[in-house]
Amino acid sequence: MSSDPDVNDTFTEFSSGSRAAPLLEMRQIRKAFPGVLAIDNASLELLPGEIHALVGENGAGKSTLIKILNGIYPADSGDIILNGKKTHFSSPPHAMGAGIATIYQEFTLIPTLPVTANLFLGREKTKLFMIDRARELEAAQALFESLGLKLNARCLVSELTVSQQQMVEIARALSSEAVILVMDEPTAALTPREVEKLFEILARMKSNGISIIFVSHRLDEVFRIADRITVMRDGKTIMTALTTEFTKASLIEQMVGRPLDREFPKRTSVIGDVRLEIKELCGSAVRGISLSVKRGEVLGITGLMGAGRTELARLIFGADKKESGQIILDGKLLEIKNPRQAIRHGICLLTEDRKSQGLILMASAIENFALPNLPNWCKLGVVDRRLESSRFLERVNNLDIRVTGPDQRARDLSGGNQQKLLVARWLETESQVILFDEPTRGIDVGAKFEMYLLINELADQGKAVILISSELPEVLGICDRILVMKAGRIAGEIDDISRASQESIMALAV
Amino acid sequence: MLAILFLLCLLFSILTLRDQHSSGLQAARQLLGQIKSLDSDSRFLIIAPRNEQDDLFVRSIGDGLTAKNLRASIVQGDPSEIRALLGALSDSGGNKPQILTTVSYAPVVSNIVAQFPEMASAEIFTPPSYRWPTFLLPDNIRNVANQIAVIAIIAIGMTMVIITAGIDLSVGSLVALSAVVIAWMVGFMGGADATYLEMFLAGAIAVALCGITGAFSGIMITRFNIPPFIATLAIMQVAAGMAYIISRGKPIYQLPESFIVLGRGAEPLLKIPYAVILMIGLYLAANFLMSRTTLGRYIYAVGGNSEAARLAGIRVKSVLLFVYTLCGMLAGLGGVIMASQLKSGAPTYGLTYELYVIAAVVVGGTSLSGGEGRIFGTLIGAFIIAVIQNGMNLTNVETYSQKVVLGLVILAAVMLDRIKQRRMARA
Repeated sequence: MSSDPDVNDTFTEFSSGSRAAPLLEMRQIRKAFPGVLAIDNASLELLPGEIHALVGENGAGKSTLIKILNGIYPADSGDIILNGKKTHFSSPPHAMGAGIATIYQEFTLIPTLPVTANLFLGREKTKLFMIDRARELEAAQALFESLGLKLNARCLVSELTVSQQQMVEIARALSSEAVILVMDEPTAALTPREVEKLFEILARMKSNGISIIFVSHRLDEVFRIADRITVMRDGKTIMTALTTEFTKASLIEQMVGRPLDREFPKRTSVIGDVRLEIKELCGSAVRGISLSVKRGEVLGITGLMGAGRTELARLIFGADKKESGQIILDGKLLEIKNPRQAIRHGICLLTEDRKSQGLILMASAIENFALPNLPNWCKLGVVDRRLESSRFLERVNNLDIRVTGPDQRARDLSGGNQQKLLVARWLETESQVILFDEPTRGIDVGAKFEMYLLINELADQGKAVILISSELPEVLGICDRILVMKAGRIAGEIDDISRASQESIMALAV
Repeated sequence: MLAILFLLCLLFSILTLRDQHSSGLQAARQLLGQIKSLDSDSRFLIIAPRNEQDDLFVRSIGDGLTAKNLRASIVQGDPSEIRALLGALSDSGGNKPQILTTVSYAPVVSNIVAQFPEMASAEIFTPPSYRWPTFLLPDNIRNVANQIAVIAIIAIGMTMVIITAGIDLSVGSLVALSAVVIAWMVGFMGGADATYLEMFLAGAIAVALCGITGAFSGIMITRFNIPPFIATLAIMQVAAGMAYIISRGKPIYQLPESFIVLGRGAEPLLKIPYAVILMIGLYLAANFLMSRTTLGRYIYAVGGNSEAARLAGIRVKSVLLFVYTLCGMLAGLGGVIMASQLKSGAPTYGLTYELYVIAAVVVGGTSLSGGEGRIFGTLIGAFIIAVIQNGMNLTNVETYSQKVVLGLVILAAVMLDRIKQRRMARA
């Protein structure tokens, strides 16, 4: 299968076995921005009633292609053909009017307004200039029923869980009579059960004739839900084929451009004495957690959303106030009342949400890198800029961070590089305890592997490494020991990874 | 923004281009230098109106001529007096005199002289004039700088506060409080006989008091989570009230002459006002703090994303407390300078100053949402405001219209800057 246009034109086989005209075709799209060619030659073909996955590494051009479809950017060249008619979308409202609805990772709901208001934002149901609440409620209930949802439409969006908010977004898309639904990393913030729910709804929508473009890094899910997959790399469409024609390895190979013989790096752990001990730690959402981390060990902490994993990490780091409990590092009892003290004692945290809690997006790469390290580089409060610069360049080289220069704004870096920048920052603090909270979220396959290598290296250096993750394959692939949390306590411990499975972990977590 | 300041200066230079001439002592010297025929027969007639500057002019020329053993008669007064005196002189006969007068009086003199045929061909000499924009006269530039010094100094603290994504509405009231406190303290310590040390001490107390008030705002904001707008708005009222209480609603005048040294004094060489020197010094120090020290970095970080800053180990509350305290202190310093400029302390000082200060900061390029901004940008912003006001005064724009113009120009300046930024970002 190649991206040769002639071949694509003749390719008409799909799972249902019938021949149908494509609902949407994007042909030979090209898009350049000042300084970077985002899309060189991309094509996408969407059949009616199909779930089509769009995969590729960060920087492959997926988001740009989606934004051209949404009307956010105009294509420099190429055609968009919707229902057989050549068209182009001049603005997002135009695209929405044509039946293309997009749901981003960061939801566009207004948290302080109720569900009904959000559902009909801009298309309120009115009766004589006043909002007809009764009609809106009715319409909302009808929508939710058609999706098989049970939601109170009177709730404020801020009161809903992330998964429920996503449902509202989907319902909103439906109510605007979308025929194509584009979802960008929809499962990133969902628990496994919520992911199931989402897939049920997507299947329902598919049977109603709605087509879905599904952008995701989670390849296991892509294999479960998608009918066909389009792979992009370096701004080009590499291939499009039925999901059944890929294996995970072959898909990754297409994405990355070279064979990746393994998803997780091999490691022989040499495990020594206990370095970090937590005794009966209590705080909000965490009740009496005790654990220990040994030298050279990668300890995994997993569980459902709301189990208290992030809260535990924050307590250890001093980001939240602990009610009781002890933190002991190398036999010394530590007093940690705030992050500053934690850092001084050698504990660091790579937060779950790097954009809102990790980075200062408007600041430069070097400023973000320097933040906790400044006291080491200053004399009488004045910063030694040469030293700062050289430390930055060294770390950037070591970790292979793609950045145009120390002054590039953090928000302009790709997700993977943003994460690497934060890792570089914490490595520079020479912390002995490193807490990783969902470190590979929103990062492409290549960068994920590099992150795993890094985690392994840190453990080999004798540091105490805790990996919090909801991606069970990742936890099983990297960790030496796994703690499963549930409702603020440790529900179970898995010592022998070789005999563990996703099911055994889930059994403890629910 | 620098480009906009430059354009405004250019505009007002063009609009105020006119014949300039000196007066008083300098005029006399220039005129004396011009006189060519110095034979002992020459008769000189010095004609000028009666006022402080021209008395000086007349006396200086008289002295200068006498020093060269030349005779000169002085005729001073209004036009009718001059006519009468000239009449008396022309009757007495003699050589044609050389008439020395000021540039502004020359047309009057020439008119009068024409009525006396004997003097009709007398030469009238005036000090030289040159074409130069009034705006760019050294005295005017010093004036502009001195007038904006108070606002500019307060704007240093405000810049830091706004960079942390906060705001301080109390600075205007702190100016009043500080002016009143220093005036009261000086009065308490010796009134019109106070020494420099006592004045300094009084000033230090005033500044410290305002610093404590700023710290109080800071505590309200950091410990009690009161939004900066509300906290400083409340303190603004409290401080204003305190100023009225301490001064009992009346200006305090009992201050020594030497009190004006800070506000109106200048260094002897280039005659740069002390307040301006202080302003420049503080700006250099503040720029150093913000761009080269860890504290400066922390201030930007707290404004950029305070939670991320906290999780990176920064003491966010301490940083905020610092900027609000410093802002208070600088407002206090502004009040001290103002009291010195006006040789009194009154509770009405600094009224609406907070708006001008914030305007200077925003026009200078600092974003109200925090995380970015440059100290020297604020200085440029302050000068833009000062130049507009000064320019309007020099071009005789009506007082009420000036406010409208100032508001519109501030809007235009910020709009132009945003457009420029957007163009740069796209590149």
